[in-house]
Amino acid sequence: MMNNTLKNHLCKLPSGYVIVGKWHKHSYKIIKPLGKGANGVVYLAESPKGLVAVKLSDNSTAITSEVNVLKHFSKVQGVALGPSLLDVDDWFDPYGKKIVCFYVMEYIKGEDFLAFIQKRGKEWIVVLILQLLSDLEKLHQEGWVFGDLKPENLLVVGQAPKIRLLDVGGTTLKGRAIKEFTEFYDRGYWGMGSRKAEPSYDLFSVAMIMMNACYLKRFEKKGNGREQLMKMIDADETLRKYRKVLMRAIAGKYDHAREMHHELMAVVMDESSRTKTNSRANQSRKGAVQQRYQKRKKHSGILETALIVMFLLFMYVMYLYGELL
Amino acid sequence: MRKGTLKQILLITDGCSNHGEDPVAMAALAREQGITVNVIGVLDKDTIDESGLREIEGIAMSGGGVSQVVYAKQLSQTVQMVTRKAMTQTLQGVINRELKQILGSDVTMEDLPPEKRGEVMEVVDELGETVELEVLILVDTSGSMKTKLPTVKEALFDLSLSLNARIGDNHFAVFVFPGKRGDVEKILDWTPKLEALSTVFPKLTSGGLTPTGPALREALTYFKKKRSLRSLISGDEQYFEESSM
Repeated sequence: MMNNTLKNHLCKLPSGYVIVGKWHKHSYKIIKPLGKGANGVVYLAESPKGLVAVKLSDNSTAITSEVNVLKHFSKVQGVALGPSLLDVDDWFDPYGKKIVCFYVMEYIKGEDFLAFIQKRGKEWIVVLILQLLSDLEKLHQEGWVFGDLKPENLLVVGQAPKIRLLDVGGTTLKGRAIKEFTEFYDRGYWGMGSRKAEPSYDLFSVAMIMMNACYLKRFEKKGNGREQLMKMIDADETLRKYRKVLMRAIAGKYDHAREMHHELMAVVMDESSRTKTNSRANQSRKGAVQQRYQKRKKHSGILETALIVMFLLFMYVMYLYGELL
Repeated sequence: MRKGTLKQILLITDGCSNHGEDPVAMAALAREQGITVNVIGVLDKDTIDESGLREIEGIAMSGGGVSQVVYAKQLSQTVQMVTRKAMTQTLQGVINRELKQILGSDVTMEDLPPEKRGEVMEVVDELGETVELEVLILVDTSGSMKTKLPTVKEALFDLSLSLNARIGDNHFAVFVFPGKRGDVEKILDWTPKLEALSTVFPKLTSGGLTPTGPALREALTYFKKKRSLRSLISGDEQYFEESSM
């Protein structure tokens, strides 16, 4: 029962329009729209306390759920897992003649994740993803799973670029069913697992965000999801470097964000050490597996050469023996 | 405490009924029995006609459920969204009724200050996660739906994936209309897993009549049969309509 007319005018509040809360009587002057989600519209607004972001929705259920999540996050000291919550209230909408719920949060000024990568280069992908994994680890430790993880819900903030999580609409308590998702980033859609809220659900989405960042587009599932994703990883130069980590994330092999962080970091370190000195002096612990594999390959090469040399020597000896007789 | 069961009918159709009782009346009947009726209208490329749209909205409205019209491609997302939304809606209705009992006649969740509302919402969330759910899926297989059936099947797998991630139990049954013999035909009996569907769906044949009303009526009796059968076994089954939580 999507009421389109109501939705439409909620999305088109003119700048300068003032919204006054029914309960707390705070007023907010609309400046411009910032974005539109599945459950409402977000405006940049001016309040006595400075610039804020106001989310309006005719779906009070969804707003209340989001507020609950944001409240839990504000209890986490010291780490910014989402925007901080400033106010929750109702507003009587004179156009729709209906109560509209809204909440007010800190305004985070930043750049779109994909736009940032396009502008600053692909080397930023792994940097931002590592930051994201650190944040997810904290979130998971608090007992939550982000759920609807996608580039639109990420923002790159500040002079020293740092990733921030934005829309908490999909954030779900661990062990429950994922509330909100977007097909491309959803492991259920790709046939790679359930929609239970667990850390590995988010980590699958992280892998898909990396794919999205390299290809700059989303693609549809065709046939076997796993094989398709594998091919897409192999076909891209950047993704190929992180193949092992990506495949493990896609297969749901990581139980914690920190494990994925660790292994991704190991690949990065290994890569940079190889390009720098081409020596294997500084082996990281996790890179060891890969290197051992390469060593074994090298060993078999030496063995092969030795066998050929021995064979030739043997033939030569036989020849000499024949000549002598 | 034993929690009640949420009962829903999910009707997937692409237009107007042309045979038998008025489906809007049958949906009202369902509501009387505590069964919510949700409707998803599936579009091809062109838009749906006015009367079809009215019927879809009418059925959901009188069935106390949610309706949504979508293109076949968006079906997967919509099916799970509609089911979820209807669950929350029903649970909220129950909570509102409880609130009225405690706080007096005209109090609903919206009348609570936002702080209190959050606490109530947590209860709704919790219930939505743990409550037992019965969904009877009613698929229109008449003429024009034929090309959309593979998508419908995919969407139903997706629904089972979403709902089975919940803590509470799920039971699904799938019916199609028109059936081979009657107005409606059962193709999957109550089961927690819709994946069993893969073996039965391709057998479908698409005919000309669209008996939406009679199909809804028969679907209701199926809930009833199940209820009486189960109450023989368990005896003290509780439903939301009666239960005081």
